[in-house]
Amino acid sequence: MTDMSQTKGMQVWHFSEMAYHPAWPQLGDSYRVVIPSRLFDPKVGADLYHRYLDEWALCDGLGINIMTNEHHATATCADSVCTIPMAIMARETKKVRLLALGMPIGNRNDPIRVAEEYATIDVISRGRVEMGFVKGVPFEITPANTNPAELMERFWEAHDLILKALSTHDGPFSWEGTHFQYRSVNVWPRPWQQPHPPVWMPVGSPGSAEEAAARGITIGVLNTGWVRTPAIFDAYRKKAAEAGREMRPEKLAYMALIGVGDTREEGWRRADQILGYSRTSGIVAPQFQNPPGYVAAGLNAQMLKTGGAAMARATRVQTKDGRPINARTMQVEEAIDAGLVFAGTPDDVWSQLKAFYDHVGGFGHLLMMGQGGLLDHDDTVANLTIFSKEVLPRLAELGC
Amino acid sequence: MERIEVAGIALETLMAGDGPPLLFLHGGDYVAQNRPFLDRLAHRWHVIAPRHPGFGNTPRPAWFRSVHDIAYLYLDLIEQLELDNVLLVGSSLGGWIALEMAVRSQARLGGLVLIDSLGLKFGGREERDIADIYALPAEEVLRRSFADPARFVPDYAALDDNEVMAIARDREATALYGWKPYMHNPALSHWLHRITRASLVLWGEEDGIVPPAYGEKLAAGLPHARFHTIAGAGHYPQIEQPEAVDDMIAEITLPEFQR
Repeated sequence: MTDMSQTKGMQVWHFSEMAYHPAWPQLGDSYRVVIPSRLFDPKVGADLYHRYLDEWALCDGLGINIMTNEHHATATCADSVCTIPMAIMARETKKVRLLALGMPIGNRNDPIRVAEEYATIDVISRGRVEMGFVKGVPFEITPANTNPAELMERFWEAHDLILKALSTHDGPFSWEGTHFQYRSVNVWPRPWQQPHPPVWMPVGSPGSAEEAAARGITIGVLNTGWVRTPAIFDAYRKKAAEAGREMRPEKLAYMALIGVGDTREEGWRRADQILGYSRTSGIVAPQFQNPPGYVAAGLNAQMLKTGGAAMARATRVQTKDGRPINARTMQVEEAIDAGLVFAGTPDDVWSQLKAFYDHVGGFGHLLMMGQGGLLDHDDTVANLTIFSKEVLPRLAELGC
Repeated sequence: MERIEVAGIALETLMAGDGPPLLFLHGGDYVAQNRPFLDRLAHRWHVIAPRHPGFGNTPRPAWFRSVHDIAYLYLDLIEQLELDNVLLVGSSLGGWIALEMAVRSQARLGGLVLIDSLGLKFGGREERDIADIYALPAEEVLRRSFADPARFVPDYAALDDNEVMAIARDREATALYGWKPYMHNPALSHWLHRITRASLVLWGEEDGIVPPAYGEKLAAGLPHARFHTIAGAGHYPQIEQPEAVDDMIAEITLPEFQR
């Protein structure tokens, strides 16, 4: 078993959304929510699932940990239950850690079931689970049909209930909360890791970083880039200090799309294909993008006045000097400039990563999207293998 | 606007006019656009029009999260104001609130006017009684809401910060109260027999959110109800045709209230 607290250096996690990209050419202005599942061919889907799983399994020998996630009613991510590939990997791998980032606990109806899933995988994997809890993107609200105006209340109540359920070993307790009621909570099995597996959540703003810091939760920062990430990490460090929590780099994770090759051209070509993720991820009909209550009323008020520009400003992708980038047409060069992609030769990737690391004040985990979009199996294997051999050894000096 | 404190909640309330008491309960959106209608009503009625908790500038306590809570709050309101023989007028979501009030207690009610009311489920589990405003494109929702949308959609960019904040809170609160089950109480249709006061069910002929056939079913379920449609109106006839709705309410119900 790998005990991360004794592991030197930055931890790397291979992440793929298991995209069902064969349907993409048939989709119009929405890749999510309303697309009919007749566009999913189970035979093609089975082949895809197996190759993505093979790529994760390969990570066990490469020293790269595994990260899954989930989305619903979408061809951008065919993983609709994040704990299913995680469970398969619990059996197929022996060493690396398994992170789901993660479980949309504000949208799941049954937090006890979440505790049972994580606990079972933690035991089967002999203590390799990292539990991610996510708010979920706004277009997850419709498939889940959860009340967007109560989402974060549900999230935190579910969080508290799951942790209590995993760490109570003296028989049933009762829970009569606002959103969840159980007369008898008694989760079997209890998890391998005590009191419970480490908790993660993705955050996209300094405010939510503070909420995580106050509770000692590890944050994963996705798609925030060179300009927006420092304020988020700073807010976390500041709040952790205020809360009297020891600040360690492994509390901070950053996701980047990574394309590495023997030549710069090869690395860039791989990165360009992985960018298929970024280019498609936001394609969703407008009525699903901001259900009422998902964001604060103050932001919605400003959006009414500005026709959505306030939201676009808060979430935009931009270059180092603040020039907005169109996510749907983003190219490798500007994505590197934005800090979203590290790509090229191993030396290129290392120097881009090191510059980003220094710019944001350090972090302990690199969430590596090593497969995305149309990047095929051979390229993904090469991408992960070259990274493992040529870049990973240099990360020992980071995140200690 | 006045503030009336009921059950610890400071309700932002419009009070206007003299005459028999009329409690107006607004719908989920376009709340400010009710004003010309309320001004007309105030010529004949003593109008009381609160902004529901969570809407506009009315606060909502954390425990307060259902239409049932709103119903009890307004039953308290009319008791606290010592109003009797109240005409309860509800539009859309406000109609649902009015129905929930009336099945609980009619003691201080004189009658009901239900305008394109929500709150009921008539069809089967795979039939959509109420258009899903959260899944339709915004232009489509507008087209279904108004016979002539261009006349009634606010120029949001021209509103001040308080006005847009009020609208953002209206929409958030509507989702909070109406998300699931979607804009209805599954059991409510089974209690309509309790509403023995005279009821007037008014419906916009061009309502694409809840069609007139839904209103006819509501009227059929109420022991003493009349059903009328309003031409040139969608889901909010009192906004699109304030004069016609005001006149119809006066003609049909006012004599009863002046006896």
